[in-house]
Amino acid sequence: MKMLVTESSRRHFGYTIRMGYQLRTYFVLLASFVVAAARAEEVDFARDIRPILSENCSFCHGPDEETREADLRLDTATGAANVIEPNDSEASELYRRLITDDVDELMPPPESNRQLSKREIELIRKWIESGASWEQHWSFQSIREVEVPQVSVTDHAPVRNPIDAFVQQKLADRGISPSPEASRSTLIRRLSLDLTGLPPTPEQVATFLADSRPDAYERLVDQLLDSPAYGIRMAWPWLDAARYADTNGYQGDRERTMWPWRDWVVDAFNNNLPFDQFTTWQLAGDLIPDATPEQKLATGFCRNHMINGEGGRIPEENRVEYVMDMSETMGTVWLGLTLNCCRCHDHKYDPISNREYYQLFAFFNQTPVNGGGGDPQTAPNLAVPNAQQASELDTLAKQISDLDKRLQNRDATLTAEQPNWEKQQLAGLSREQSWRLLTDLQIDALHGTSKLLDDQSILIDGDAINDDYTILASPGPSKITGMRLETLRHASHTGNGLSRSDSGNFVLTDFLVSVSNGENSAPMPVTIASADATFEQGSHAITNAFDNDPKSGWAVYEGRTVDRNHTAVFRFAEPIELVADSTLQISLRHQSVHARHNIGRFRLAVTSDDRPSLSNESDQLLAALSVETDKRSDDQRSLIQSAHRSADDRYQKLRSDRDKQTKRRDDLRNSLPKVMVMEDMSNPRETFVLNRGLYNKPTDKVQAKLPEFLPKPEASDQSVDRLLLAKWLVNADNPLTARVTVNRFWQQVFGIGLVKTTEDFGTQGETPIQLDLLNWLSWQFREDSWNVKNLIRLIVTSHTYRQTSKLTDRSAYDQDPANRLLARGSRYRLPSWMLRDQALAASGLLSPVASGPAVNAYQPPGIWEDASFGKKKYQQDQGEKLYRRSLFVFWRRIIAPTMFFDNASRQTCTVGVNRTNTPLHALQTLNDVTFVEASRALAETALGSPAQSDSDRIDRIMQRVLARPCSPAERHILLSGLERTRLQFADHPAEAVQLLDMGDSPRNETLDAAEHAAWTSLTLAILNLDETLNRE
Amino acid sequence: MNPLQQHRQQLTRRQFLGRGATGIGTAALASLLHNDQSVVAANPAAQFGGLPSLPHFAPKAKRVIYLFQNGAPTHVDLFDWKPRLQELHGQPVPSSYIGDRRFSTMTGKADGKLLLAPVEPFSQRGESGAWVSNFMPHTANVADELCFVKSMYTEQVNHAPAINFMLSGAEMPGRPTMGAWLTYGLGSDTDELPSFVVMTSITKDTSCGQIFYDFYWGNGFLPSRFQGVKFRGSGDPVLYVSNPNGMSRENRRGWLDDIAAINQLKLDEYGDPEIATRISQYEMSFKMQASVPELADLSSESRETLDLYGPGVEEPGTFAHNCLMARRLVERGCRFVQLMHAGWDQHNSLTTELYNQCRDTDQSSAALVMDLKRRGLLEDTLVIWGGEFGRTPFLQGDLNNRPRWGRDHHPYAYTLWMAGGGVKPGFSYGETDDLGINVAENGVHVHDFQATLMHLLGIDHQRLTYKFQGRQFRLTDIHGHVINELIA
Repeated sequence: MKMLVTESSRRHFGYTIRMGYQLRTYFVLLASFVVAAARAEEVDFARDIRPILSENCSFCHGPDEETREADLRLDTATGAANVIEPNDSEASELYRRLITDDVDELMPPPESNRQLSKREIELIRKWIESGASWEQHWSFQSIREVEVPQVSVTDHAPVRNPIDAFVQQKLADRGISPSPEASRSTLIRRLSLDLTGLPPTPEQVATFLADSRPDAYERLVDQLLDSPAYGIRMAWPWLDAARYADTNGYQGDRERTMWPWRDWVVDAFNNNLPFDQFTTWQLAGDLIPDATPEQKLATGFCRNHMINGEGGRIPEENRVEYVMDMSETMGTVWLGLTLNCCRCHDHKYDPISNREYYQLFAFFNQTPVNGGGGDPQTAPNLAVPNAQQASELDTLAKQISDLDKRLQNRDATLTAEQPNWEKQQLAGLSREQSWRLLTDLQIDALHGTSKLLDDQSILIDGDAINDDYTILASPGPSKITGMRLETLRHASHTGNGLSRSDSGNFVLTDFLVSVSNGENSAPMPVTIASADATFEQGSHAITNAFDNDPKSGWAVYEGRTVDRNHTAVFRFAEPIELVADSTLQISLRHQSVHARHNIGRFRLAVTSDDRPSLSNESDQLLAALSVETDKRSDDQRSLIQSAHRSADDRYQKLRSDRDKQTKRRDDLRNSLPKVMVMEDMSNPRETFVLNRGLYNKPTDKVQAKLPEFLPKPEASDQSVDRLLLAKWLVNADNPLTARVTVNRFWQQVFGIGLVKTTEDFGTQGETPIQLDLLNWLSWQFREDSWNVKNLIRLIVTSHTYRQTSKLTDRSAYDQDPANRLLARGSRYRLPSWMLRDQALAASGLLSPVASGPAVNAYQPPGIWEDASFGKKKYQQDQGEKLYRRSLFVFWRRIIAPTMFFDNASRQTCTVGVNRTNTPLHALQTLNDVTFVEASRALAETALGSPAQSDSDRIDRIMQRVLARPCSPAERHILLSGLERTRLQFADHPAEAVQLLDMGDSPRNETLDAAEHAAWTSLTLAILNLDETLNRE
Repeated sequence: MNPLQQHRQQLTRRQFLGRGATGIGTAALASLLHNDQSVVAANPAAQFGGLPSLPHFAPKAKRVIYLFQNGAPTHVDLFDWKPRLQELHGQPVPSSYIGDRRFSTMTGKADGKLLLAPVEPFSQRGESGAWVSNFMPHTANVADELCFVKSMYTEQVNHAPAINFMLSGAEMPGRPTMGAWLTYGLGSDTDELPSFVVMTSITKDTSCGQIFYDFYWGNGFLPSRFQGVKFRGSGDPVLYVSNPNGMSRENRRGWLDDIAAINQLKLDEYGDPEIATRISQYEMSFKMQASVPELADLSSESRETLDLYGPGVEEPGTFAHNCLMARRLVERGCRFVQLMHAGWDQHNSLTTELYNQCRDTDQSSAALVMDLKRRGLLEDTLVIWGGEFGRTPFLQGDLNNRPRWGRDHHPYAYTLWMAGGGVKPGFSYGETDDLGINVAENGVHVHDFQATLMHLLGIDHQRLTYKFQGRQFRLTDIHGHVINELIA
């Protein structure tokens, strides 16, 4: 799927680059004003007071009417005013209840297990004493431009952009100095991993280290942002948020084809689709006027939820679950709100009611999905061709339309020629003979008894398991081209069908014709060339009746007791000429394994037509032609027309070509991946508040509506649908989307968000220490037309980002061990998917293929089979597919790929990060074939380069993994380790071969095995160094 | 200091932990098991990690083995003896017993369903006189050790939600399971093996087994190190525990020392305590590489012990094998062992498959109790045997077609048993009505059961909470009462 950068996004891009330079100039000027920035710590309502009230009071005095006590609200200014006397804590009931000794009056009540600390009570007191100013929760306030603080700068920590000004001001408040810049080799590895998920190549490192231009760093940033790997890196967290997987989940866990959507996400990041459009397309691309296929494809975001195909599940229950999932995913990803809390009741902490939850639910409640079945491509869906398929489809469409035109032309010609043709036909047909019944028969059944009925049909009576009949007839001198066998129903048959079998069906295993001329001549078998039948049951085709196989035969069962007559017509290879004493011998055999499947009643006829056919088409045609042109019925006219066209070879050729191409087109279309997408029904579905979230307990009817507590767009006549919702999310008035989004990108780079609770920006979420910074960045992002690459560039070009992650100042660490103040660069373990990509890239094994259906990389045997009782069999891929980037690895929802420890499960929307260090993770990077093979390949690269010392080779490996050479101390350790391992493998050469045999990729067999194995062990150790596992 | 000299001065890897240039290394091992710096402070009850405030009071049990019977064992055929069910065999369920109760979509309304007598006779066993089906001769033999709860009830009528409810207190996936809560709260007694281990099995050729979802041992919103580690029935018991082919333990040891030495250099340079954590993480992985195979190696078990657990004990992946592994795990300090055995969902195979199911679980479950007891482990190890709900005392299927008799899901009453760990032995708690349909006396809701379990481990279920999405969550949601009568 290709996408063009829109003209407008390109413009935004250029605009901000210019602005960036202006900003830089501004700060150089600013730096000359040295301003002391120490500020007294005052009680801040948003930071200090609201969290206390929310945590301890809201459960009983919050937004939820159901659980509200004493009709008192402490989540609103008006509510709290009832119990607060500004500037007078002693006179404030709120304060009095916190400090009272009377356990009946004490708040929160002891049985709630909540208790305020002395510090918290003191904060409340100070706040009341200073006027008890109340403001809206910080994240619900509109986003405005924030004044960038003026800070003094030091040589080692420049203010490169406003991020640094905000960060350094906070640090100065606490007497902490920022850290100096990290080394260039650290920076390039950090940047490369953060922006592309891959380590830099040694060439990139050399170029960067040698680049003495003042903007060398910024150039590197631009280069990485332009790399196609950027989109792949950015897509991973988005896929976690979008609960993207390659299967449905639940029992059955069927495979879906949503991967074109995944490829779209990669392209969208690479093409820097502005985040507002990125939003609108994914939530409501289908509703954009004249929506492009790409915009529709983007809505696959909403349909990535799990699908429950278990038998016995109630479809509506499933459907409601899906709609809730879509609504809550939107809530988490864009609003940072825990909407799921409101399924059953009003939110306990945030101002969203139970009713409003279902009003949001109503936006997503309009798809035609009914919740039944487990189709992993449940409609509405969109077939998505790749470039080659798209061009093939184009070609086929042209060919088909061309053939259609030529058919039309030929048709016109035939129409013109028709009167002539009709005349010829009429003359010809009149001479033809039609079917002649055989009479004066001699009948012999092997077991049954026969009876000739008045209509010349033969009835065979009897219950033989298998019976055969022989019929002799002497039709007199004539030419015979074929024979007709009519099988006829009879009351004595099962169900008034065609035989006495259990179903009234028969199996005619052989139909044989021979002819003898005169009593003494031997019967000559007549070869049957072809046949037609009114019906053929599955593989029991009519051809089985003359195929020399005594067991196979013709049958006519249609899933019910046979209830109609059937006819077969046999065409002879050569016409036979009968003379006066010629005798025809016809044998019907029923030797199948099916009991009593013997034809019970039948009638035989012969013809001399040129082409004997089943229907009496020629009779009808003759009749039609005999009628005067203007008196013919429509049926007659079309019969004549089609007979004329059937007889025309050119027409027939064109038609068969057209049919062939149409079939190719249809086959290709059917083979395309189908992405489940969004679509609203024309008849809106009604939405109800569901009691306790139960699908079968609807209460009040509601309409789609935006939540009350957030600013709404101006009234317009635009319909209230998902498009309105999406536009509202990225409207300038929306206080949440920009903050939540900026925070997620920040988390992606720094390892932790400015707001740690990435998933919760409500009153119970974290109030960020760097609130001004977050507000400024959000404002900047929105003003910059939601330009994601610019935002990332802004972040990574700050000094804050460029700081070393060394812990140089012990007191700074003690004050802020989690580094929330950002006095140093962040240092954290790489996500497991990036560890795999890093190893593949450093070893040179990484495949360049970066799109298409998901692949099955290495996984220990039996994982899927164990989880599914053997129903899902893991078929490991081969060749380059084993080495594609992790983003393209098949994600089975009930059992995720084992290599991606600590990752989101992709079962529901996840935006936070999970980073733990268990021994199991170490075992994986030490023992998984992925890492062993990468070590072997990287060792081979090092060994393959000519004329190097061991020391040089080690550097070569270190360069590829860590973008730097060894330190002397490290070198000593690694060299002695190498020496030790060489001896071990020299003693155990078989082990060397075994180790080198890990992984599918071929190895250079000319290398000495023990030597190669020793280097493989060394490289595996380097891949497991703390520095390798970390981004630092 | 020159690098050579420095390297010579490298202390042995074991000393790194206590050394650490900045002194941060000492906390590393604990922080590895419990990363929140604030709670690294030692928990006296556990050697590694755990919350400082736990246990809330003296625990009766230190560890749990949960023999989870997936698919819901039929209470009226196994433990809940109802003579009246035999009298009324083939009669319609009296409507007063069912009211408007909801059953699975397979049954729909229970009106007019026919009662079905137990498919196998019961006998009274031991001094306690517990009624046990003749299908369970070994369990019957240890009846005097068991504490039956015959009045369990739940809110869920389908397997996955009901199993989640039993194990995590919520029907939807996403909450931490018991094992995760307990290892989070109580820490670990071993640094060589995972503290929360899961093993699964299924009766061979059963027609009624559900798959095991990994959220049955999920960590929910707790850090992922508290997720249950699934020991596998084939290949390596723990994923990736074996060295790569051709890499000897000696080779690995050498390089782990080298990795540690280089990491130590990094720690000296960077001062990031996480590096010390890394060093101990790798050291623990090496220990685990030795302790997992040692754990799985049954050669030290006597023939008598192996025979006690019954056929299949030496075959990884069987329930018998897993029971023996469970004992070996708790001996080595594992906190929570969750065995899950599938195949109890007899909708139409009661007369053909229940026997097999009992045969595959009866002997080893009883053996585990006996074996723990004679080793002195039973007193502080809580063993639990039970499923996610019961089965209908009425018939699913055609009364005239005995080979296809079955029972549907029944959330309104079911039986489980516990042993050891501070529960009353030879005791039965709670009663169902005379047809086994409803709880008649002393009902135990799933959350009550969970509250009691936590209590036995020294935890106040209302106080072990974790804040997520702005709310304090706990295993028992906002419910649950400790059933003191169960406690010895």
